Amino acid sequence: MTEFRTIAAARDALRKGDVSATELAEEYIARVEGADALNAFVHKTPEIAREQAAAADARLKAGDAPSLCGIPLGIKDLFCTKGVPSQAASKILTDFRPEYESTVTTKLFADGAVMLGKLNMDEFAMGSSNETSTYGDAVNPWRRGNDETKLTPGGSSGGSASAVSADLCLGATGTDTGGSIRQPAAFTGITGLKPTYGRVSRFGIIAFASSLDQAGPMARDVRDCAIMLSAMAGHDAKDSTSADLAVPDFEAMLDGDIKGKVIGIPREYRMDGMPEEIEALWAEGRKMMEAAGATLRDISLPHTKYALPTYYVIAPAEASSNLARYDGVRFGRRAQLAQGDGITEMYEKTRAEGFGDEVQRRVMIGTYVLSAGFYDAYYNRARKVRTLIKRDFEQAFADGVDAILTPATPSAAFGLGEMAEADPVQMYLNDVFTVTVNLAGLPGIAVPTGQSAQGLPLGLQLIGKPWEEGELLNAAYALEREAGFVEKPAKWW
Amino acid sequence: MSIDEGTAARVAKLARIQVAPERLPALAEEFSAILGFIEQLNEVDVDGVEPMVSVTPMRLKRREDVVTDGGQQKAVLANAPDAREGFFAVPKVVE
Repeated sequence: MTEFRTIAAARDALRKGDVSATELAEEYIARVEGADALNAFVHKTPEIAREQAAAADARLKAGDAPSLCGIPLGIKDLFCTKGVPSQAASKILTDFRPEYESTVTTKLFADGAVMLGKLNMDEFAMGSSNETSTYGDAVNPWRRGNDETKLTPGGSSGGSASAVSADLCLGATGTDTGGSIRQPAAFTGITGLKPTYGRVSRFGIIAFASSLDQAGPMARDVRDCAIMLSAMAGHDAKDSTSADLAVPDFEAMLDGDIKGKVIGIPREYRMDGMPEEIEALWAEGRKMMEAAGATLRDISLPHTKYALPTYYVIAPAEASSNLARYDGVRFGRRAQLAQGDGITEMYEKTRAEGFGDEVQRRVMIGTYVLSAGFYDAYYNRARKVRTLIKRDFEQAFADGVDAILTPATPSAAFGLGEMAEADPVQMYLNDVFTVTVNLAGLPGIAVPTGQSAQGLPLGLQLIGKPWEEGELLNAAYALEREAGFVEKPAKWW
Repeated sequence: MSIDEGTAARVAKLARIQVAPERLPALAEEFSAILGFIEQLNEVDVDGVEPMVSVTPMRLKRREDVVTDGGQQKAVLANAPDAREGFFAVPKVVE
């Protein structure tokens, strides 16, 4: 079969009849089957894929084929898919099969997309390396040259990143609470977009931190992200925070023309101890934006350094509330009880057995910062600092900045297990460049633009104005064209 | 701020997570490290700043207060670890 690099290329071939959705599905089912070493797909759904592909072929034949009709996708395990295990990579949701479908997957399937299966992730999306998953680590298809050390694909959407990077699917859904789409995209040389908060419905997505969570596309390039976003976005009566705004045809907005656009370079993102190659990558990116016709401007986002501590109050606080529902009563796994155990023992044992260490840690931190006597000192203070963080961005945009260019991650992908001895705060630093965007509710995109000395992909992030994903994608498209990143990992799995 | 073992035990209790006594010292240490990190926020002047309620200014939609769904007992109970006679079953709560 012809190799399709992107959703757009496969779409065009499907519409021309050069390939059928069924042929495409069989090819990708076989690839998924042969890639267990990556541990990206954790629940495979070949029967569903075949049914959806047959239906897609009928639509293609009838000439009624949206862009995603017949396109094989992977779905992050955080999305509820009817009748298919959806357990947020947590032991506590073992055997949970939702009775309903998330809005995002409903929309993707309505457009004819083909689901290959569910993708690995950090437990409840809490992690930056996919090492907190009950399924075990997902593995990055990239390696450091000939060194066979297994590397993290990043997290929390690690399975999504690994699968797209290894060509196991043409696109995947991700979710991003502090960087969980953009960091793994950067670690695996693919493109990942976190939309404006409210652009995509959260209904049926297992909640982590509701004021920060947002779903978005992870794909090979900017155009594919644009195609997927148009399909995923839109108002939903089932999510009161989803915005009632028209969804543009984002793909049609890509012309790569950013002449005269002002790209802000925030001085606070030049972190102490930032690796030389990240500094160099960023400098290259600035040149690329200039070469594409944009004007650079140094800007200040003074509250940047407080973003991570703010996040580590707000996200655990919301998580402790959201995860209170896992009590062993209505769904999921209940612990085996001893003679005489009452309901409190049932809750405590169920949650101790069902949640992994990082989830327990965050639920307890959240409980602490919300507890009587500490609510004002921690939670309310963090919400005030969050207001200031958002104000920094508003000021920059009001002063005429169109988009902001930063590194996506403070390093290339690290080895699985390499951070095992580090304290939790060290792991949290992975999100230092991405977390501000969630706190401010803005859209952000990671684009691969270079490689580390060891041959690993590195990405830059562009941050846009609220609801201006079209303009942001176009700036990213210009950056992508200048960077010309086409490298892929050599197949070893 | 340093968290002692008693505080760690109390937080675990509030969160309804069973923690073995021998794990409490390590847990207290982790909490202290994380809260120490969070304490940077005390440097920020937040006088007169409103705490954020909604990241995007929006007025939540309203609708008539009417029943829009229901009659799905089977679906609701389908994933329960223990469901009997149309109810969720739990250990005895009233003596």
